[in-house]
Amino acid sequence: MDFDKNPGISENDITDYETYKKRRTFMKTAAGLGIVASTGLAMKSFSGDAKAKTSNYSTTEKTTSYKSITSYCNYYEFGTSKRDPAKHAHSLVTSPWTVDVDGECDNPGTYDLEDLLKPVSIEERIYRFRCVEGWSMVIPWMGFPLADLIKRMQPNSKAKYVRFETLYDPDNMPGQRTDSLSWPYVEGLRMDEAMNPLTLLSTGLYGKDLLNQNGAPLRLVVPWKYGFKSIKSIARISFTELQPLNSWQLSSSSEYGFYSNVNPDVPHQRWSQAKERRVGEFTKRKTQLFNGYEKEVAELYTGMDLKRFF
Amino acid sequence: MHIRSALFNNTIKPIFFVLLLLPTLLLIKGISFDTLGANSPEYVFHSLGEWALRILLLTLLLSPLRRALRWPQLLQLRRMFGLFTFYYASLHSLFYLWFEQSLDWLAIYSDIWDRPFITAGVLAFLCIFPLAITSTKNMMRQMGRRWKLLHLLVYPAVIFSVIHFWWLVKADITEPLVYAGLMAVLFAERAWGKLERR
Repeated sequence: MDFDKNPGISENDITDYETYKKRRTFMKTAAGLGIVASTGLAMKSFSGDAKAKTSNYSTTEKTTSYKSITSYCNYYEFGTSKRDPAKHAHSLVTSPWTVDVDGECDNPGTYDLEDLLKPVSIEERIYRFRCVEGWSMVIPWMGFPLADLIKRMQPNSKAKYVRFETLYDPDNMPGQRTDSLSWPYVEGLRMDEAMNPLTLLSTGLYGKDLLNQNGAPLRLVVPWKYGFKSIKSIARISFTELQPLNSWQLSSSSEYGFYSNVNPDVPHQRWSQAKERRVGEFTKRKTQLFNGYEKEVAELYTGMDLKRFF
Repeated sequence: MHIRSALFNNTIKPIFFVLLLLPTLLLIKGISFDTLGANSPEYVFHSLGEWALRILLLTLLLSPLRRALRWPQLLQLRRMFGLFTFYYASLHSLFYLWFEQSLDWLAIYSDIWDRPFITAGVLAFLCIFPLAITSTKNMMRQMGRRWKLLHLLVYPAVIFSVIHFWWLVKADITEPLVYAGLMAVLFAERAWGKLERR
C-alpha cells in the first residue's frame, strides 16, 4: 500500500491558523515600527506578508491546515495521484519567471513576474475551494484581483475571453511526458468572470509564497468554480475573441465544460455533485450553488441554462 | 505437492488469514498515526474497495495455481479468500452508506439508479452476497449441484467490480487497466483449459 513515507513536510512546517494569525499581527506591528524594513525581512517575498490586508470577501470558516493544502493536490504535470505533486514538484523552476501576454490587447509582451507584481498590493482572501472530485478546503490565499492586471494590459473591444496556459517544460514536469492530459494545461474565463472582484491571481497562502505543488509562482483562484479552473504556474495570458478550449473539456467534453461552476444540482456525468467532503472532516456536507458565492456571481449567469452550460 | 493436513490446517491457513487481514491492520495503524494523507476517509474508502477487488482476483487465481503447482490443497483456501473478499466489500459498502451518504436513503436510491458506476458496484456486491451466505459446508451439501451453478456468480462479480473501478477514474486509467488485464488472463486460462479438456 502506498503509505505516505515522505510527504516532504516536517512537523515544524505545520502552521495552524491561530499561530499564523498571531505571526501576522506581529509582522504588522513590526512593519509599523520599521523593524521589517530595517532588517529587510519578508520584503522580497511575493506574498508580501507585512503589507497584506484582509478582505471583506473572506470567509470566517475554519481554514484547512497548511499541511493538508500542501500535501493533497491535483497537479497532473507531476503525476495523477494526490501525493505526487508534493513529492515531485521540487523540479519546477520558478525563478526567473516570465509571463507572456498576447492576443487582443494594447500592451502585449513578455513580462518579468517582479514587474507584474510591482504595482499591485497583495491581500489575503480566505476562500472556499471545491474540487470537481467531491472534496473541499478553506484556503487563506495571498494575491490580488486579476482585474488589476487585465486593466494594465488594456484589452481591446475584441477581447471577450481570457485564456491561461501553465508552463510547458516536459524536462522538469514529468507528467507532461505522459498523455494523461494534453499539454500545456489550458484554462479560460469569460471577460466578465475574469474582471469579477472575487477572481484572484495568487502568489501565496498562509502568508508564505506558494509552494510549487500549489502552483508557484503565480496561479489563478476562481472560488465559485471547480478547482481545475484555478490554473497553476501561469506562463501565458491571452486575450481572445473566441471561447478557449480548456484542457479538461478537451479531455472529456461530455463531463467537463467551459463554465464548470460549482452546482449541486448539475451532476458530473458519472457522479453526483450534491455533497462534498471538507478535508479534515469525516462525513460529507452539502455543496452550495456557486460554492456559496451566489451573491457575488449569480448575476453573471442571469438567463443562462446552467445545466446546458455546465 | 502435498503438505500434511494437520500442518496445512495449523500453519498455512492461519498464515493466509493474517496476510488477508493485514490491509485492515495497516488501515487502522494509518488512521491511528494519521499517515493516510489529508483526505484519510477517502483513502480508507478506496482502499477497502480495492482490497475487495484484489482478493477477489486472488480467489480466482487459486484454481489455476492449484493445477500449475499440482497442489490440490490450495482449493481449501478458496472459502477463506472468498469470505475476505466479502468482508472488504462489506466494509466498503457500509462506508459508502454511512460516511458518503450519511444513511440518506433517498440519495442512496437515486445514486444507485443514476450513476452507472455505483450500479456496477451494487451489482458486484449482489453477486458475492449469496456466495458468502452459502459458503458453509452444510449449505454446500444441501445445495448439491445447484451450489456449483450459483457460485458461477463469481465471474459477473469480478466483471462488475472492474467496471465499477474503471468508471470511477477521472483520467488516468492505468490502475483499472491492470485489474482488467489480470481478469482477462484469468478468464483466458479457464477458457483455454475448457477447450483442452474437450
